[in-house]
Amino acid sequence: MRLLLKNGRVVDPVNRLDGERDVLVADGVVALVGHDLPADGARVVEVPRGTVVVPGLVDMHVHLREPGQEHKETIATGTAAAVAGGFTAVACMPNTVPVNDQASVTEFILQRAAEAGLARVYPIGAVSRGSKGEHLAEIGELKLAGCVAVSDDGHPVATALLMRRALEYAGMFDMPVIDHCEDPSLKGDGVAHEGFNAARLGLRGIPGQAEEIMVERDVTLAGMTGAAVHVAHLSSRGSLRAVRDGKARGIRVTCEVTPHHFTLTDDALEGYDTNVKMNPPLREALDVEALVEGLADGSVDVIATDHAPHHHDEKHVEFDHAPFGIVGLETAVSLTFDRLVHRGTVGIARMVELLSTNPARILRIPGGHLSPGAVADITILAPDLTVRVDAARLRSRSKNTPFGGWTLRGGVAATIVGGRMLYTNPDVPGIEALRA
Amino acid sequence: MTGQTGTGLRGRHLLGIADLAAEEITLVLDTAEAMKEVAARPIKKVPTLRGKTIVNLFYEPSTRTRTSFEIAEKRLSADTLNIAVSTSSVVKGETLADTVMNLEAMAPDMIVMRHASSGACHLLARICRARVINAGDGMHEHPTQALLDAFTIREHKGRLAGLKVAIVGDLLHSRVFRSNLLLLHKMGAEVWVSAPPTLQPPGLDRLGARVTSSVDEAVRDADVVMLLRIQLERMQGNFFPSLREYFTVFGMTPERFSLAKPDAILMHPGPMNRGVEISSDVADGSRSVILEQVANGVAVRMAVLYLLAGGSADEA
Ligand SMILES: [Zn+2]
Repeated sequence: MRLLLKNGRVVDPVNRLDGERDVLVADGVVALVGHDLPADGARVVEVPRGTVVVPGLVDMHVHLREPGQEHKETIATGTAAAVAGGFTAVACMPNTVPVNDQASVTEFILQRAAEAGLARVYPIGAVSRGSKGEHLAEIGELKLAGCVAVSDDGHPVATALLMRRALEYAGMFDMPVIDHCEDPSLKGDGVAHEGFNAARLGLRGIPGQAEEIMVERDVTLAGMTGAAVHVAHLSSRGSLRAVRDGKARGIRVTCEVTPHHFTLTDDALEGYDTNVKMNPPLREALDVEALVEGLADGSVDVIATDHAPHHHDEKHVEFDHAPFGIVGLETAVSLTFDRLVHRGTVGIARMVELLSTNPARILRIPGGHLSPGAVADITILAPDLTVRVDAARLRSRSKNTPFGGWTLRGGVAATIVGGRMLYTNPDVPGIEALRA
Repeated sequence: MTGQTGTGLRGRHLLGIADLAAEEITLVLDTAEAMKEVAARPIKKVPTLRGKTIVNLFYEPSTRTRTSFEIAEKRLSADTLNIAVSTSSVVKGETLADTVMNLEAMAPDMIVMRHASSGACHLLARICRARVINAGDGMHEHPTQALLDAFTIREHKGRLAGLKVAIVGDLLHSRVFRSNLLLLHKMGAEVWVSAPPTLQPPGLDRLGARVTSSVDEAVRDADVVMLLRIQLERMQGNFFPSLREYFTVFGMTPERFSLAKPDAILMHPGPMNRGVEISSDVADGSRSVILEQVANGVAVRMAVLYLLAGGSADEA
């Protein structure tokens, strides 16, 4: 099976490429990228005018909820949301029921992902058994079963000693430890960023320092062990400073920021919409400005969604009682375009680094570039498409988004995984050519 | 009735002082004056809300506030229904939305709700057809308490603008404090607040407060001294070392109270912890208006119910 994408603007930072090219896909891999490639028996499609062909996007932080909470999401619905959001691959966190702390759970996830046949799924194993923070999980077996990283996400790696051991041990398998950085004692029973808005609205606060303290710990331990730590959903300016300092000292620390954290501030708490209750919480304007700066200057490595589906009934309660988290797979590209690219903060090449190259590199998974021989995971972006977010139409089984009703500039035209066209956006003019 | 020309309140609900304009606050206070006259009559009842159904939905026990609302409702001839939701039914999985869906079958005109979660009344207002009155939500607001406090201050001082009001106590966890700060600031009073730093929420200055951890500074030359209840369980949370120490550093003693203006009044939303935030000498002293606050609560709540039901000050 051969596919020739004609005359698209191709952006691939790894190959320092930004210009009109043809892309030839054969047998699930990229065969050639170049000018005026011959059809040579391939199916030839003209990519829609104004779209951009990039390496498939990789979301390294999602919650697929299966096994155990299929009323929120399944691997099938989650990967359908992924391809509709332009993601050809997702890495799923281990806080399922049961926790992905053993090879049998990893194998189950991979089995379900293969059955769904949509986005690639890369399981992340637990750092500790049951993510309880006491005993190391069987990290070597998790690796052999297909896990690409370890994390106790939902909770921080409980103690400095366990973090040290995890870094040393997972480091042996060249797997990063992804940490949900949060000091539980400072977080307490907080539900929102500790600041003026929480004070005014009477919500218990979570200070930015609850995150920053843990980031400092992790940077110090990564320096001590020489292993790689990745800070999940970094949200505060103090944490970013700690990551920058670590990088400057040559420590192997990387970090991700979510679209909601670079888009919204804690002003959104007004009205107590439980769809703005997330962990870490939405912070204040100074934090958002710092995150945007970090996304532009390279201190932030990755945009990840922390896609966290929750059923309507669970969110339709008092703010205190609602679970933390929002869905993100289907709004990430539009928010990145609207808030970063169209405001001139990042160019499309940097956007591709944040959403494809860097997450693939950090997880050491295929993709992230369009070099000959690479997997033919390709996303076609529509930078000028007007996208109106309609929560009811999300493919995710849950609809918990604070962006319902928003109009954003920029979206996804098509998603190709292993050379297979898995998603085309009917709103993009000229998309018919791709769909045939 | 004073020369108010307003016609009712702009919002459908009373969720917090934050949503009220200064003119609306004045309207409530003026209307409460007329309502207070009703209480002085031999037959303390007017037909204003006849045929209206009001549900008092209390997720947190509060005899004082619930009774005050109930008396106010009865004096306005409304049909009232008290529902105390025990935490057990919440534990059983019935959500606020479930409860409200059941209540809707009775088609209440108003729901007065007390709830332990901040913003719960906002959720209620989104899901029910009735008008919602917040009778205290978590650490957020307790608007009728602030209105009755303002009414009491105005009775004694004739005005709110330009007064120095000192508020002392657990600022962090107090909805009474938030509502009072918002109201007094809107009405032009100078609000000084004092508490240990552990019990101060961030951003108080942005809400218009003058913050000090010296009670003496807050109280000096004050026209009004308002104390807030110290919840005994806060000691376990390490917010302060001991009740004894709290009283030593922040307790309202006669000496401290004497720093205020000679005609200053002393307020407390109740229930008091004698010997913790206040000494009995001050609590029972001649300048304490604590019992008047309770009495005024009925008149102010009558005013709020009446205005939300669509009445104007002129017909009161
Ligand atoms: Zn997390």
